Amino acid sequence: MSTVFIALQTNEETRPIVEAIIQDNPDCTVNEQPAMVKIDAQGKLVVRRETIEELIGRPYDLQELQVNLITISGNLDQTDDEMILYWNA
Amino acid sequence: MDMQVAKKKLGLKERYAVMTRGLDWKPSYQKMEDIYPYMAYEGIKIHDWDKWEDPFRLTMDAYWKYQAEKERKLYAIIDAFNQNNGHLNVTDARYLNTVKLFISGISPLEYVAHRGFSHVGRQFPGPGPRVACLMQALDEIRHAQTQVHSISNYNKYYNGMHDFHHAHDRVWFLSVPKSFFDDAITAGPFEFMVSIGFSFEYVLTNLLFVPFVSGAAYNGDMGTMTFGFSAQSDEARHMTLGLEVIKFILQQDPANVPIVQRWIDKWTWRGYRVLTLVAMMMDYMLPKRTMSWKEAWEVYFEENGGALFKDLARYGIKMPDCAAQIALEKDHLSHQAWSTFYNYAAASNFHTWMPDEEEMAWLSSKYPNSYDKYYRPRMEFWREEAAKGNRFYNKTLPMLCQTCQIPMIFTEPGDPTKICYREVDYKGDKYHFCSDHCKKIFEDEPEKYVQAWLPVHQIYQGNCFPEGTDPTVEGFDPLAAVLKYYNLEFGRDNLDFDISEDKKNFAEWRGQATKNV
Ligand SMILES: [Fe+2]
Ligand SMILES: [Fe+2]
Repeated sequence: MSTVFIALQTNEETRPIVEAIIQDNPDCTVNEQPAMVKIDAQGKLVVRRETIEELIGRPYDLQELQVNLITISGNLDQTDDEMILYWNA
Repeated sequence: MDMQVAKKKLGLKERYAVMTRGLDWKPSYQKMEDIYPYMAYEGIKIHDWDKWEDPFRLTMDAYWKYQAEKERKLYAIIDAFNQNNGHLNVTDARYLNTVKLFISGISPLEYVAHRGFSHVGRQFPGPGPRVACLMQALDEIRHAQTQVHSISNYNKYYNGMHDFHHAHDRVWFLSVPKSFFDDAITAGPFEFMVSIGFSFEYVLTNLLFVPFVSGAAYNGDMGTMTFGFSAQSDEARHMTLGLEVIKFILQQDPANVPIVQRWIDKWTWRGYRVLTLVAMMMDYMLPKRTMSWKEAWEVYFEENGGALFKDLARYGIKMPDCAAQIALEKDHLSHQAWSTFYNYAAASNFHTWMPDEEEMAWLSSKYPNSYDKYYRPRMEFWREEAAKGNRFYNKTLPMLCQTCQIPMIFTEPGDPTKICYREVDYKGDKYHFCSDHCKKIFEDEPEKYVQAWLPVHQIYQGNCFPEGTDPTVEGFDPLAAVLKYYNLEFGRDNLDFDISEDKKNFAEWRGQATKNV
């Protein structure tokens, strides 16, 4: 299985998002680098709106993520409820 | 009291469909091929444009909303940074040379990218990719503008950035990034999408922005970190566009596969050659280093690119052949590049220097197979000579590769002691190449690459002196004339960092910032 990843800026807005990603992808690896955090996962990674909303206590639109997004790897599929990164092979 | 019942909103998929489909009408009195004249000649066959979908499903209204937020954040930080003399917080003044490299080598490309995406956005008959290209065109001009705005603060204090666009169009090594993008925007719309959207954005851009920007943050440059990350937040969308476009083209017709493969091979190599500048920046120009070029290459190309090409294998696409040579070069690239810029410090718009003892130890540890054996001895020699007052400046002009326009500094794959030369005879002229890959690119499209504007040839032909210069007068100094043409001041914008005004001023200003004077 190949690695997919998402990298976000390190700031107050992304702190709960990173937390949500860790909750929803328990096998992921978190790499903290200067000013950014890169999260790797094998084959697939999911970012779920509901998990983020539970942590921040307000409605969240997954497209807000774009403000703090640095880079991604993998095929992407985004809906209102989740953003999925995956490799087919 | 009336209860406010929220109106049921459309889901993201429906919103996206409504905003990007059915926007076209069938032309009745003009032919499709007259309206979209560039669609056929590259040989790419598209049967159904509606099959294309942006996986972020971003619509224009959401685009404006989030872009506006990014801009507000960016300018608030830039203001605070400037207000607080943030430039004095960078690790040391050598760092500023990466900013000079960025504004003169990269920012002008953002503007060209803007033009390129505006152009192809107009040319595609499918509304889905047109909307995505429109967004990317707007992103790219935003990148150019925010970089100019952020870096203008550095230009108030440090040398070499005063006329970056003039430099971009003239200075010898800047023809490397310039010609790369000129090559892309003069290709057809599909090749442009594969070259910039896929090969550059998807395969290589992580190597440009992530280490550069993370490096900036690590070196205390909040200005560059901010515009870098702000641009990079758009980059994730660009990468996605690049990947979707390629999957879309490949799915549309099996006859597209070999054409796309040739473009991927070509543009991976072209892009990699441009990244030579990033390699030396990472290994030599950042006073505090984040990761080595080799490590970044392994993470972002070998690992990530490997996963990508494995995924694309189901379409019949394979890893470009040049990957094998790049793997051999990763131990050498940055050292050969920095040595060259050290040589040519009299003719460039930034300063160079030799690494100190501690930095050499870092290089040895990151490059155990190459640094001590091939590069340390020559760098120690240069350092000793400089200490004796013989700082070496190379005043002869190098032979350039016809394709990538880099001086012929690279060594044979597998033999780092021998310079790699390739040549081709074409219509009675001889053309030179740095590698088999650059040679092959030329052989595939010789009529394009014979037109290359090679800085060294142009200098020898007398085309890079200010108007009215007479190169036949006694004591004519060609370097002085070329620097005038570049609008660079000898002794101020060029030469070794050690004797630079930047170094002196930075030390003085930082002293004022930390002590009562
Ligand atoms: Fe850009
Ligand atoms: Fe070349």
